[in-house]
Amino acid sequence: MLEIKNLHASVEDKEILKGIDLKVNAGEVHAIMGPNGSGKSTLASVIAGKEEFEVEEGSIILEGEDLDELAPEERAHKGIFLSFQYPVEIPGVSVTNFIKTAINESRKARGLEEMPANEMLKKIREKSELLEIDRKFLSRSLNEGFSGGEKKRNEIFQMAMMEPKLAILDETDSGLDIDALRIVANGVNKLRNKDNAIIVITHYQRLLDYIVPDFVHVLYNGKIVKSGTKELALELEEKGYDWIKQEATV
Amino acid sequence: MDLKEKLISSFLAFENNVDLDHPVHEVRSEAIKNFENKGFPSKKEEAWKYTSLNSLQKVDFSIFPKEESTLEYKDVKKYFLHEIDTYKIVFVDGVYSSYLSETTHDGVDVCLMSSAFSKPMFRQVIEVYFNKVASKDESLTTLNTAFSKEGAYIYIPKNKMPKKPIQILHLATGNEAALMLQPRNLIVAEDNAEVQIIERHQSLTDNEVFTNSVTEIFAGKDAIVDYYKVQNDAPTASLVDNTYISQKDSSVVRVHTFSFGGKLIRNNLNFYQNGERIDSTLKGVTILGDKQHVDHHTLVHHRQPNCESHQDYKGIFGDSSTGVFNGKIIVDKIAQKTDAFQQNNNILLSDRATINSKPQLEIFADDVKCSHGCTIGQLDEDALFYLRSRGIPKKEATALLMYAFANNVLESVRIPELKSRINKIIANKLGVRVGFDL
Repeated sequence: MLEIKNLHASVEDKEILKGIDLKVNAGEVHAIMGPNGSGKSTLASVIAGKEEFEVEEGSIILEGEDLDELAPEERAHKGIFLSFQYPVEIPGVSVTNFIKTAINESRKARGLEEMPANEMLKKIREKSELLEIDRKFLSRSLNEGFSGGEKKRNEIFQMAMMEPKLAILDETDSGLDIDALRIVANGVNKLRNKDNAIIVITHYQRLLDYIVPDFVHVLYNGKIVKSGTKELALELEEKGYDWIKQEATV
Repeated sequence: MDLKEKLISSFLAFENNVDLDHPVHEVRSEAIKNFENKGFPSKKEEAWKYTSLNSLQKVDFSIFPKEESTLEYKDVKKYFLHEIDTYKIVFVDGVYSSYLSETTHDGVDVCLMSSAFSKPMFRQVIEVYFNKVASKDESLTTLNTAFSKEGAYIYIPKNKMPKKPIQILHLATGNEAALMLQPRNLIVAEDNAEVQIIERHQSLTDNEVFTNSVTEIFAGKDAIVDYYKVQNDAPTASLVDNTYISQKDSSVVRVHTFSFGGKLIRNNLNFYQNGERIDSTLKGVTILGDKQHVDHHTLVHHRQPNCESHQDYKGIFGDSSTGVFNGKIIVDKIAQKTDAFQQNNNILLSDRATINSKPQLEIFADDVKCSHGCTIGQLDEDALFYLRSRGIPKKEATALLMYAFANNVLESVRIPELKSRINKIIANKLGVRVGFDL
């Protein structure tokens, strides 16, 4: 589904990603771990098309199509979804109205009619139940005054509504207490199927107890220095990142 | 002949049409003398540093409008908040239009200044309130006072509230090549009275219009006054709006100013707190493009203890538009426990757009809470990326963010239909094409 080849990206002439190779097939969950500042969030932003980052070399290919020239919204229309570490507050626009706008803009881009109101309502009801989101919550202004947990739950709710092919969860576990983490992870697991793929970016192994990855990659200094299965995450939890850093320098 | 000379010589003709024995005429005569001494403000004055009236003074304005022009309601309906039932005081080229208006004397008076000046039953109110809070030396205010004859007169007695909101609408038809208007409004809400007023100036053609308006508002003890100014005029219409507010104990006055269009707008909004536990609220949304210019000069004078004031002005400036925000807060020595808040946030959408923002705090009391903040910037790139990553195209995402930026000023609008109308104007101005009803 997604193929990243020799990806180099920089911001303000500072190279952050220094040659990333990653292949993600439909139905798979990949975890990307690594110490702070290793480039995890940058990788997420670059895949989603943040213009602040300059792709110097390499390519990102989604279902055979090079994303290089595509704007963030066009990537979203093609089925990429990024769950933000710090979702933005939009006063005056309710969660419901925002998600309606997002869905209908994507449908429009794909040449589809707007989603009929009753279908939209049904879907909103279904997905909000999945994430144990209260009805009243949906009429609040997007992210305004939300707790950390509410923001993250709302991100996954949007993911559920948009049904992306490739979802990237950027530090979705940060700021979550154990109950919220369980709800969010449970929601993500229910959204997993053989046709979509998920990249989980996290610093800690904690989330991976709930969202069990097929593959784990360690990002350090802008490169994937180690790949393995879920056991690698446990090893990192136990030993920390220092041995990775040492191995990488050697 | 420049405009000043023309105005002064017109005063003699004006006197032929008013009651010279009425006590108000003495006030007018004093006022024209003041204007004659001072003339129009120039950019040399600190308060007019960024707003020039020079080009307006070169236009050959008609000072007295001709007879009433006929307008069909259907042609001007869109300028009214027609979704709800309201009282209406409508002027066409400065002349009262009984056909388009709906006034009342049922427990409250919603009528005309010309009636209030001429009828004995209103004389006492005029004597107590007329020109009592308006400045007696600011030159444009005195110019308006000199020619004060027509405008809206709203008197709400103690414990009363009109059955519905009141709209004041000034329409200019373009029958004159260039028209100067000087409406004079008097709003009195006695103790524990409540009133909601919407005011709008609208030119219907490309002919030049210059309006120099003065509104005096008096709020008695526990009175609540909501005043909404909708400034979305034609590109050839200029407005100087001078509003003076006097508040007594525990009264609440909220003025919202929505500035979306016009050539030049200058708002002089002055609050005087003459009692304790007063709440004064000043909010504004300004969205400009082309070469439009809007200058907000606010004054809140805290003269008594335990009062609050809240100012929140948001501005979005595109093209070569220019904006000014000058917010002055004076806290007298006696006014302890004052809580004064002032916020002015601006977004510049173009390299050619300009905003001058200046807080001016003069605090003589020592136990007060005064805060002010001002920001000038571009849209937050991270926020823009967030929206785009959800599939919302750049143009719509930009518009949605600006809409969100302006939106929190609307929270305190208490007429839902007006709020929705303003929302739509904002969305329209910003090109928001969102898939839901705002």
